[in-house]
Amino acid sequence: MENLYAIELRNITKTYGREKQVAVDAVSFHVNKGELFGLIGPDGAGKTSIFRILTTLLLAEQGEAWVEGLEVKKDYREIRKIVGYMPGKFSLYPDLTVAENLDFFATVFDTTVAENYELIKEIYVQIEPFKTRRAGKLSGGMKQKLALCCALIHKPRVLFLDEPTTGVDPVSRKEFWEMLKKLKMQGISIIVSTPYMDEASLCDRIALIQHGRILSVDTPENMTGNYPGQLYAVKADQMYLLLKSLRKYPEVLDCYAFGAHAHVSFKNAFEAAPLKAYLRGEGLSEIEMKPIPASIEDYFIKLLKT
Amino acid sequence: MKQFVNFVKKEFFHVMRDRKTLLILFGMPVAQILIFGFALTNEVKNSRLIVFDQAKDPASQELITKIEASRYFEVERSVADQQQMEAVFRQGKIKMALVFPAGFNASLLHEHKAQVQVIADASDPNTANMLTNYLSAIVLDYQSTLSKDLVVPYRIVPEVRMLYNPQLKGAPNFVPGVMALVLMLVCVMMTAISIVKEKETGTMEVLLVSPFKPILVIISKAVPYLILSVVNVASILLLSVFVLELPVNGSVLLLFGESILFIITCLSVGIFISVKTDSQQVAMLISLMGMLLPTVLFSGFMFPIENMPYPLQLFSNIVPAKWFYLIVKSIMIKGLGFGAIWKETLILTGITVVLLGISLKSFKIRLS
Repeated sequence: MENLYAIELRNITKTYGREKQVAVDAVSFHVNKGELFGLIGPDGAGKTSIFRILTTLLLAEQGEAWVEGLEVKKDYREIRKIVGYMPGKFSLYPDLTVAENLDFFATVFDTTVAENYELIKEIYVQIEPFKTRRAGKLSGGMKQKLALCCALIHKPRVLFLDEPTTGVDPVSRKEFWEMLKKLKMQGISIIVSTPYMDEASLCDRIALIQHGRILSVDTPENMTGNYPGQLYAVKADQMYLLLKSLRKYPEVLDCYAFGAHAHVSFKNAFEAAPLKAYLRGEGLSEIEMKPIPASIEDYFIKLLKT
Repeated sequence: MKQFVNFVKKEFFHVMRDRKTLLILFGMPVAQILIFGFALTNEVKNSRLIVFDQAKDPASQELITKIEASRYFEVERSVADQQQMEAVFRQGKIKMALVFPAGFNASLLHEHKAQVQVIADASDPNTANMLTNYLSAIVLDYQSTLSKDLVVPYRIVPEVRMLYNPQLKGAPNFVPGVMALVLMLVCVMMTAISIVKEKETGTMEVLLVSPFKPILVIISKAVPYLILSVVNVASILLLSVFVLELPVNGSVLLLFGESILFIITCLSVGIFISVKTDSQQVAMLISLMGMLLPTVLFSGFMFPIENMPYPLQLFSNIVPAKWFYLIVKSIMIKGLGFGAIWKETLILTGITVVLLGISLKSFKIRLS
């Protein structure tokens, strides 16, 4: 296998239990070297299973996969040396201090904190004031930073981050993505999974996944650019009645709640006046409508419905 | 090597920072030795005894004084009639009664033969048995002082010597038992839990995705418990020597060597349990039910194996604690050397090798 991509999967299938419940269904995609790749999908879509297959923790029933040109089954020993893995669950030792955790993971990977300090410096300085604190007593954001430091301490070539921002406050989430961008500039290929659609646009390329199947792989810009037709955001005083009325309106192709608005697409050209009149007739007031660019989430919903 | 040392250091941090683990580790042996040594003893001391003396003659008085002088009995009081005696038994305060018939001394003198009645509360059969034995011994002793001057044809006097434990103390029996029990608990349960904990918290996932060899993960988790268990063996021995006054008659070095062998047996069981389970509770239950119970039942420390049905006797052979118990007894109490226990050692080594092989082989290099 040529070492073309950071990660490549071909028809990977994984089932669980006696009933052969499919978790990953013939998944194929690749991650380019030095790319920040996002695996986006709801809980239970199969993201963690894919991560575990790639990090050699699980064996796939069918298909092949490579990390840096190394086959996940045969070359598991080699892969374990060159990847950094941060599981979804907080997985450091809560009874060890920040510094002890970092030291421990450095020795496990046969290196020292000093040797690769440059790589983690920027992240570590933020938690350094607490280095004598037990890891279990850190806040969610700081735990995440420490876990990232521990996953980076051996200067991995590919970094696997499984839902790193789940349960982390919005500010820390934003900081976390800033850090990832900097790491990418150091030449580390990163694959990150997340259920948050708003984080998708921060990746170079993303794969949308649902029920173990990849729905689409592309850059976020292409995905939103490929959205068919124009999308409108409609707002009124009563959300439930608004959705109900819109669905009855013959020109409406699709509509769903999206925050405080209803996102609506139309079969033909959009005419504001008759729709407004219709909605007023249904007993709604404070009606506002405006054209909006489609987001990744809109695209995802579109894919799910087709 | 540096990786390994650091890993072991980390394990020590875990143990030292968890107060509950520490308490179980070091509190349990001390508590068990003290409980078995001072509370749960089947030696009988100062049992209450009532006397229904219908004779009230010199012979009966002399015998009562003799009984009072022994450390086993405390003569509570005399009762006047049968009903009163039965009432006292029903109250449950009295374990035994001694009844002298009228004219006890006279029959002794004239017929060279007299009877006393011993009544025991057998609702606790072991105690009743033991007490009647003690009492009979005192009566026999009194009889022999009476017949000292007489020449009786055909007299066989058994000279009884209780070897290794002349005072029939309980400690020689339970100290080896407690040692087996404590080591079993510490090594099996603690090791199983500490490995399963890594699985439960997800750190095992991270450790597996590292160049560190999976087998070394397991071994470095076992090493601290090996060391702590040796400390435990030492503390049990110190307690038994200085508190229970039970010396180690054989070689201390040999005793430690055999203990380390048994500790490795237990660690292998612990590793095996940890490989097969995914939660700390299950690991704990299996260690307790699957290991502790057989240890208590089949090591011969509480219940004699010879009295068990044959299939259970066969089963007891695969309980490692049984062999360890025999070894410790031989070294500690009988003061025997390796020559006397090589067979038990060989069997224990065999069990250990098999268990260690199985548990290391079943350790997975991936999840599930």
